Amino acid sequence: MSEEKFIHCQHAHCESGVTANLLRHEGIDISEPMAFGIGAGLFFGHIPFLKINGTPGTTYRIWPGAIFKRVAQRLQIKIQAEKFRAPENAMHALDDVLATGKPVGMLGSVFYLPYLPEAFRFHFNAHNLVAYGKENAEYLISDPIMEEVTRIMPEDLVKSRFAKGAPEPKGYMYYVKSTSKDMDMAKAISQGIKQTCFFMLSPPLPWFGNKAIFLLADQIKSYPKKFPARKAALYVGNVIRMQEEIGTGGAGFRYLYAAFLQEAGQLLKRDDLAEFSTELTKIGDNWRNFAYYASRIVKARTTDLVSYEELSELLKICGQQERELFVKMKKMKW
Amino acid sequence: MNVNEVPQDPRNIKQGDTLKKKMYAVGDDGKYTGVKSAGWEAENAALRQAWDDIDESLAETEAKMRAGQLSPIPYYMQKNLMDLALLARYMGKWQWQVKRHFSPEVFKKLSASVLEKYAQVFNITKEELTNKR
Repeated sequence: MSEEKFIHCQHAHCESGVTANLLRHEGIDISEPMAFGIGAGLFFGHIPFLKINGTPGTTYRIWPGAIFKRVAQRLQIKIQAEKFRAPENAMHALDDVLATGKPVGMLGSVFYLPYLPEAFRFHFNAHNLVAYGKENAEYLISDPIMEEVTRIMPEDLVKSRFAKGAPEPKGYMYYVKSTSKDMDMAKAISQGIKQTCFFMLSPPLPWFGNKAIFLLADQIKSYPKKFPARKAALYVGNVIRMQEEIGTGGAGFRYLYAAFLQEAGQLLKRDDLAEFSTELTKIGDNWRNFAYYASRIVKARTTDLVSYEELSELLKICGQQERELFVKMKKMKW
Repeated sequence: MNVNEVPQDPRNIKQGDTLKKKMYAVGDDGKYTGVKSAGWEAENAALRQAWDDIDESLAETEAKMRAGQLSPIPYYMQKNLMDLALLARYMGKWQWQVKRHFSPEVFKKLSASVLEKYAQVFNITKEELTNKR
């Protein structure tokens, strides 16, 4: 199986895309939404005091590396995942695995990936990509957000894998060692959904899960009072970028998760999952509405109090609707 | 979002950017499907804002460098989209040490090896760094 040619598929999100591509290479028929859902990729977090590139950290997804690990664990797949201290060791280890014909997933910074459009290349260190071979000096790369496969020079790849900042990938790489015949999709789906409900509803801290949406809403309301126009607008712009930029599939992963709920509903023949999917699609539309309204503030560069208050209210609607949805989903009988 | 609502607004931020992203949207049959999107106006506005801010700050820093108030270090730092904390991480130094090198007087006295390290981090030659005016 591993001797076969690697088939690249474009996906909406990097880690769930890499997971789906790596597993499909092993003969496991899994879609990107399924990988995202089983891996419990959906999340929300806002940490005002953790500045990333000078703006408060906002995330719509779980921390890097978690999706692949959870999917593997839930589908009884044996994987190898490792970090390195020395770049030379990391590159040797990559070459060794590639020599056995296995494609390898890696974490890296988008800043050092020359094949990506320049507009997206910031110091964002949690991007996932696959190396599936080496030709002459170049690595053959399947990056799930790209339409086609590409190539990269070793010196660029090593910079990307050993980027500094938060979080540091430290050459993190992962690959499938062996798969199991007795995969229980139904169980994996239920574990993924339960975990997402838990992460959304239960964290006791204000910065994580559903609560953080309301925290961000309060923060946004205070921006025009606390900051000059330029800074306030930059903070709002960053929230949009985290929600809509490469690899979110739109609406901060909500559509991707709704696609998972729909597929899970069909597979398990459950109408409740299909209904939750429809509901989340509507919530996703509200997230997009929020982003659209936010972009008007970005363009206007004003500290008009009313528009920030309205924006804050739109966000609270998303938060309330999502809270209701996850409370219902938590009560599902399995 | 329905399939026919998937935005197709080209980014037009940096040259040669034709990447079409995949997005999930609902088709006529109510089923989710992947659709290619050239970009979305709202996202483009946020991206353009981020780049405009970088360009503006860089122009301000460049002016200060020309006026002899700053060394080339902060200019190249911003050109590489870094802040002080990140540059210090790449240099393996404390932030206050790097910040000292922002001063033209201190910069003039930097050793060849430190300059070489900066040049590597900024992906330029040592000469480009020291000859920058």
